[in-house]
Amino acid sequence: MEPLNALVSVTNFMLIPAFAYGSQLALGALGITLIFSILRFAHFAHGDTMALGTAAVIGGTFFLQAQGIGIQPLPTALLALPFGILVMVGYLLAADRLVYRYYRKVKAKPMIFVMASLGVMFVTNGITRLFMGVSETRFEDGQRFIFTVREFRDFTGLAEGMALRSAQAITIITALVVMVILFWFLNRTRAGKSMRAYSDNEDLALLSGINPERVVVITWTITAILLVLAGTLYGLDKGFRPFNYFQLLLPMFAAAILGGLGSPLGAIVGAYVVAFAEMGITFAWRRVLTYLAPEGMEPSSMMQLLPVDYKFAVTFAILVIVLLFRPTGIFKGKVL
Amino acid sequence: MSLTARDLGLFAIMGAVLAMVAMFQSPQLAVTILNMSLISAIMALGVNMQWGYAGLFNVGIMGFTAVGGLAVVLIAMPPVPEAWAAGGLGIILGLMLGVATILAAVLVYKRMTPGRLRGLAIFGVLVVGFMITSYVFGPAKQAVQAVDPAATGYLGGAGLPVVLAWPVGAVFAAGVAWLVGKVSLGLRSDYLAIATLGISEIVIAVLKHERWLARGVNNVTGIDRPVARPVELQPVPWVQSLADTLGWSVSQTATVVSGLGYSALFLIVLGILIWLAERALNSPWGRMMRAIRDNEVSARAMGKNVTRRHLMIFVLGSGVCGLAGAMMVSMDGQLTPGSYEPLRFTFLIWVMVIVGGSGNNWGSVLGAFVIWFLWVQVEPAGRWLMEMITSGMDVGSELRRHLLDSAAYMRLLTMGVALLLMLRFAPRGLIPER
Repeated sequence: MEPLNALVSVTNFMLIPAFAYGSQLALGALGITLIFSILRFAHFAHGDTMALGTAAVIGGTFFLQAQGIGIQPLPTALLALPFGILVMVGYLLAADRLVYRYYRKVKAKPMIFVMASLGVMFVTNGITRLFMGVSETRFEDGQRFIFTVREFRDFTGLAEGMALRSAQAITIITALVVMVILFWFLNRTRAGKSMRAYSDNEDLALLSGINPERVVVITWTITAILLVLAGTLYGLDKGFRPFNYFQLLLPMFAAAILGGLGSPLGAIVGAYVVAFAEMGITFAWRRVLTYLAPEGMEPSSMMQLLPVDYKFAVTFAILVIVLLFRPTGIFKGKVL
Repeated sequence: MSLTARDLGLFAIMGAVLAMVAMFQSPQLAVTILNMSLISAIMALGVNMQWGYAGLFNVGIMGFTAVGGLAVVLIAMPPVPEAWAAGGLGIILGLMLGVATILAAVLVYKRMTPGRLRGLAIFGVLVVGFMITSYVFGPAKQAVQAVDPAATGYLGGAGLPVVLAWPVGAVFAAGVAWLVGKVSLGLRSDYLAIATLGISEIVIAVLKHERWLARGVNNVTGIDRPVARPVELQPVPWVQSLADTLGWSVSQTATVVSGLGYSALFLIVLGILIWLAERALNSPWGRMMRAIRDNEVSARAMGKNVTRRHLMIFVLGSGVCGLAGAMMVSMDGQLTPGSYEPLRFTFLIWVMVIVGGSGNNWGSVLGAFVIWFLWVQVEPAGRWLMEMITSGMDVGSELRRHLLDSAAYMRLLTMGVALLLMLRFAPRGLIPER
């Protein structure tokens, strides 16, 4: 049973968390890649906008909890999602109206857009902290586990246990559903096709009667939905702290670039690669290897390639390798 | 060095505002603001070189300033002989092995023909090298960190005069910038932004985690200062007589005098930098840089190697940021890796450059003064505003407490709004480029 124990251990401590984290990153990276391909700039406010969206959902959750409304055994936050999405669609469209639209009109350089998104980031950050402060907020409620370590052990009789937290299961399922819907939308609907056309060739799209402002509005709306979902799922899984959301910026960008900026499929693949690399390299393999190694050869050290504090270094290394060897990413993103 | 009457007027207003702070708030506060403004001005100058001269977008300023700060510890702190005896050799050997691994991988990459075999070979070299390195490095690191962890637990520095750390800090930062620039320049402009964002996070992670280097989150304190500390100044006769003349307390006078000592040092550095920067900007080299910024394609057609010039200016600008970082640490007398926050050390500097006027060195300096002043003063102003708003509320009310607590975040909001407004309505800044 030793290999089986090893498998259970690695699934419990690495594969499930990495899969959940990858799903959260994927939703974020999809937003970045969409904005990049339609509006053509690197959206630096992404992390903080995610934080604000999550803050809105948390506000909604607390309100619902106070009213005694819930959807046991699921977390109340899911019920508050539509509210958060509505708020963020409004917020992002307002930001577009007040900030970005002008630069589109004067055809500013991409760097000016990035700078403007920096300003939006500051403002968003300030608003989030005004409401939530900087400390950690937990808003997960409902049933915490699908099955716990003990239930799993009793059921299988293995020495090693495994647990599946509801937040992780919800994350993975939601992310998959959203991705399927997004691809259906981009490939099958009129609006989605006009978005792809606009991203492919702006001039031709304009000639064929596509209204650019409408495409932009749709893009922000989709981005808002993705943002709020990603942020809420991340918050349910790991707790809400505004600064952590800012730090997600790097892995999300790395994922989008690794997959190829502008390619939605690439963003998803990139996100999972980044998540598994981060988790795998900072994971202490000792327990797993102890099960696998022959008698008397058990490792004495932690068998951890890098301390957890360096997970950004892993992301950065991936980014550097991509930039050096294949700047267009895995799925040939936008021409550089 | 052309400043119009209007620019001089703006600087004069800024000076008058600081004088008012000294009169109505406290002279210590005014000197603190002045010193931090001078340091910020140097950082902004570095960023302005990158953005204003060359259009490079660096969002890793925090990392470069932190590297500069590290130099102060490595130069000015006395060495810890026990730690060196315990694991100094192992650490040096480990670092050399790490570098050798990377060089070997690069060599394999250059010498072998492209293909799957090469990929495997590089991977193999890296894995084997990593294992050997951590075999040597790990125990040495543990040994060093175990030496009196409450007081030292690190290798210490070289025990040299602290001012020497300033140029060294600049060189450190320039070295890091060279690595980053080599990888990400010549690609899309956003990539540099993302790469610098990454490297700055990593620099901070290294500073926090590698305790053998600079004690990590335990902080290095009591670093030698280039200027006498207020406590040392208090018994000095002329300080005491000055206190009498001004009618201030002796400790207050000593603090102000010590602070002004820093101001003088910083002013000298800033003056030299501005002189050099202005000379460079108005030289053929400066014209070339601006030509590249304004139209890369035609500059390239004229035979300019755009990527190399970008790398050069990126390294120079980051070096200036490193210099400022070193100056800041030697003013505080301590290195606290936990206090490096991107919003404060990266994005605030950007606001300074944009508000001041990108492409104009004097603009960056003015921007640094204005924005740092606002940064310091908006918090009390926000608190006052919140007090006003909440004055009608119940004293114990939850909402009132929350609003008062959140006054601190008003300044992020203010900075964001300032940046957006400037970018939209006065994109050329307070002192436009000429």
